[in-house]
Amino acid sequence: MAIARTGKIPAPGSARVAERRSSAATARTRRGGGDFQRNEQRAARAFALPGIILLLLFVIGPAVVSLAMSFTNARLISPTAPEFIGLDNFRRAFTEDALFGESIGNTFLFAALVVPIQGGLGLVLALLVNQKIAGRNFFRTVYFLPVITSMVVISLLWRFLYQEDGLVNSALSMLTAGAYAGQAWLSNPSTAMGAIVVMSVWQGVGFHMVIWLAGLQAIPEEVYEAGELDGATPWQRFWRITLPLLKPTSVFVLITITIAAMSLFVQVDIMTDGGPLGSTSTIVYQIVQKGFQQQQIGYAAALSLIFFCIVLAMALVQRRLTRERDQP
Amino acid sequence: MTAATMKPRTAARRWWIYAPMTLLAVFFLFPIVFMVTASLKTDHQIFADMDSLRAFLPVGEIGLANYAAVFERVPFWRFLANSVFVTACVTAFGLVVNSMCGYALARMRWKGRAVVFGFIIATLILPFDTTIVPMVYLVANLPWIGFEGLRPVLEIGWLNTYHVQIIPFIVNAFAIFLFAQYFSSLPKGLEEAAAMDGAGWLRTYWRIIVPLSKPVFATVTILTVVTSPATWNAYLWPLMTVQSEELRPVMVGVQYFFQLDTDWGEVMAYISMITIPMVAVFIAFQRAFIRSIAGAGMKD
Amino acid sequence: MQRRELMKLAAASGGAALAGPALAACSSGGSSDGTLLLWTHTAGNDAELGVTDQIIEAFNAGQDAYTAERESFPQDAYNDTVNAAALSGDLPDLLTVDGPNVPNWAWAGHLRPLDVPSETTDKFLPTTLGVFQDQLYSVGHWEAACSIFARESVLEAAQVRIPTMDEPWSREEFDEALERIAADTGHRWAIDLSTADIGEWYPYAFSPFLQSFGGDLLDRTTYLSAEGALNGPEALAWGQWFQRLFAEGLANPESPIGAEEFLQGDAAMTYMGNWGALQAMEQFDDVLFLPPPDLGTGPRIGGGSWQWAPTSAADAEGANAWMETALADEFVAEFANRTGLIPATEAAAELTEHYGPDGDLRMMMDYSRAYAVLRPETPAYAVIASVFTQYAGDIIHGGDVQQTLDAAVAEIDADIEANAGYGF
Repeated sequence: MAIARTGKIPAPGSARVAERRSSAATARTRRGGGDFQRNEQRAARAFALPGIILLLLFVIGPAVVSLAMSFTNARLISPTAPEFIGLDNFRRAFTEDALFGESIGNTFLFAALVVPIQGGLGLVLALLVNQKIAGRNFFRTVYFLPVITSMVVISLLWRFLYQEDGLVNSALSMLTAGAYAGQAWLSNPSTAMGAIVVMSVWQGVGFHMVIWLAGLQAIPEEVYEAGELDGATPWQRFWRITLPLLKPTSVFVLITITIAAMSLFVQVDIMTDGGPLGSTSTIVYQIVQKGFQQQQIGYAAALSLIFFCIVLAMALVQRRLTRERDQP
Repeated sequence: MTAATMKPRTAARRWWIYAPMTLLAVFFLFPIVFMVTASLKTDHQIFADMDSLRAFLPVGEIGLANYAAVFERVPFWRFLANSVFVTACVTAFGLVVNSMCGYALARMRWKGRAVVFGFIIATLILPFDTTIVPMVYLVANLPWIGFEGLRPVLEIGWLNTYHVQIIPFIVNAFAIFLFAQYFSSLPKGLEEAAAMDGAGWLRTYWRIIVPLSKPVFATVTILTVVTSPATWNAYLWPLMTVQSEELRPVMVGVQYFFQLDTDWGEVMAYISMITIPMVAVFIAFQRAFIRSIAGAGMKD
Repeated sequence: MQRRELMKLAAASGGAALAGPALAACSSGGSSDGTLLLWTHTAGNDAELGVTDQIIEAFNAGQDAYTAERESFPQDAYNDTVNAAALSGDLPDLLTVDGPNVPNWAWAGHLRPLDVPSETTDKFLPTTLGVFQDQLYSVGHWEAACSIFARESVLEAAQVRIPTMDEPWSREEFDEALERIAADTGHRWAIDLSTADIGEWYPYAFSPFLQSFGGDLLDRTTYLSAEGALNGPEALAWGQWFQRLFAEGLANPESPIGAEEFLQGDAAMTYMGNWGALQAMEQFDDVLFLPPPDLGTGPRIGGGSWQWAPTSAADAEGANAWMETALADEFVAEFANRTGLIPATEAAAELTEHYGPDGDLRMMMDYSRAYAVLRPETPAYAVIASVFTQYAGDIIHGGDVQQTLDAAVAEIDADIEANAGYGF
């Protein structure tokens, strides 16, 4: 029973939990049990209750209302009552709304680019600032700075930087000694998404640097010492020791970046409004656009439901993949 | 420490380490330097300098006029105090509620645990923007106990208060998930040992689990303060539920500068001012964070 | 009204428990204790807030029954703020509303018809009156007008004729002027269209070009479809013309908000609202405010700006009393003096520095009277504006014009149909 239950926790170390629990059970039996177990039930519920109540009220409740709205023609504001229209919103999303289809594609493209780039660069930065060198706290702070600057603000800044006569082009032209002429990055459909990727990685990578850093510092030094005795090169030590031990961290990094990337909105809203030619429109951008700008809240709810299903499916796949690798 | 083995031994070696790090630092700093220098310039100067290195240098007509103008346009200290208060409350209550929930899920046996965990994971995926309309309707109709003098009165509706900016955002599925994951990695047998000494669950949690879990508390704190759309970056929610200017947070103030015509110098000054507290929090916090991780390194 | 509908929905979906206390609550923000709550979209804009405060002071001093108070919001999310307040039954007594949104908010039940004597409102520019289905809902203190800002010295250097209202540039002349300016003067761009301004700017500034070509955002004979108006031959001609401005490098598809390129000297001219006029005059001593080109059916500019309206939660008498105080010529003049916007009445214009008979911005009033077209007065405007902004952006960035316009029409028509014609 206990094992089956703990199996639900998609965390490394769950095996250990199961182990602990069975030994806890033995301990309990020894202490003559029934009361203790009832006590544990009660204590557990008391511990979880505040969280569960708030979650039901402020997350699940509104989500259920939103789910119900997705089958209606509800408007943000309207003098008439919403009517049940069955699957009409979903039919519209998949057959009439070409831009929504495009937005799904763009969202996946963004996630596919950002997850490896941000995850990888974050690890590189973490390795750099994990060295015992003078000024490492300075570098940590500098790399983290964009994270603590509001995304709205960052997006406004980068919009300037990406202009045809903006600083990005000036910098590129300087680096190439004038060979590079420059272009308006955000108004070209083939470069706009790339520009948003670069800016998003720039903004978010410091956060994952810190997470990787935490993982790196949790690795006990003796492990490396053992590696050194074996005569492993630093490169081999990284691949054979560091990386495998960072596995729990990497699951975390993967999940956080994926969820953030799938919800891409602010950058698009401020920098491109989904353009040029729909090339940066994303799912959440469409949800907000339809629900707020166009007041079609029922349709927006349907898009939200589709979005939810897509991300849920991805999460399940990711979980399946990371789990399989868990097993020897 | 890995660092020990990578200690730079020669000048050349040091060069190879600092050169890329400095280049990266420039890459991460340049928009922020631009922001700060622009805050010292007039609009005309900002746009004139836009296409050259001058954009990063405090040159031309510079001065603090934009900062003075910020105080004229926005009740800055009020907004700042509101944001600090809301952020502190969401973070503090969140640490308690989410960690206890995570603890129950990770280390206690009870009926319904699996279902609850499944729901929490599923809600990770819901972006806040998609449920904001039902949320507005909900909070407009929730009851609250207010006071008229000392007499408690039942009020309906949370609009236009601090608590409407705080309570809905205390629970955070992601934080619960992080806590549960971390707690489940702690050594087994902690509870049994405590129980032998006669400690109850609450005491065990408070005296044993929490002190062993500083890194996850630190991580969740950063996560809440920096990335939650309800704390420092709160914008749309307060505009939809809080009508009184006295209760508004800092991010709403940014839009005070985008009225009929935009004064970019003032925008830059204002956002520099609201970014500084976050930098201070991180610098102060980063040490504690790293230290707590170093301490936790002993745990295995 | 809105509350009840959502309530039903919540109940139907099993969400009733969570919304239970709603049954007990029927309070509204508009109060009956003699306080009149006013909302404005002008937070951070001292010039406009200052005049509003003057009106409030005069009103509070002039009678004893009511006390007016104001709360100001940033314009960016103002519509969301108001819609959320309507949803939660928390509307104030009076609020500011952007002209084209009046029909949408009136239809949704946010606003109540305005009851002030017609002598008061008759003297206002017609585009400052918010009317939906023959019912007056709102009145504005000021109007705005777009014109072409250009420097006399630049036009002379490029040997371009200076147009007048009697003889505006024709389409051919305008195109030639742009090309000549681009070729002969040292400017990076011939005209600055402030394309980065996504808010309401696209329909406000660019749909009048479409109307000058003979197209429109909607077929205004029925208000039921955009077919033909937004994708007919005239609209196609507009789209191709508009696209060419960007494709040939005459205008920058990424020009910053607020005519910055013009003010910086990067663009030779700009199509801009008169709120930017004072700054332009400060910057250049030879700036001209020229009538927009006649692209086929006469010059056109956008009309209808921010106005005051009592809400459905208002104390009707108090709201009407406030409006009567507020609409006095002295306040109309004060707005114009502080902001450089066009005063809504002739009598007020006489009192202003710039708009009197010899004022340096007098032509703006003439442009407004002669050329202003309202955006379609229908609740569908919220969708029309969003759709037009998106697809005009596609045209700017090189999308196929006919396909783009057809798609815009399909979206607008589907929305109108889904709402049973919005009462038309």
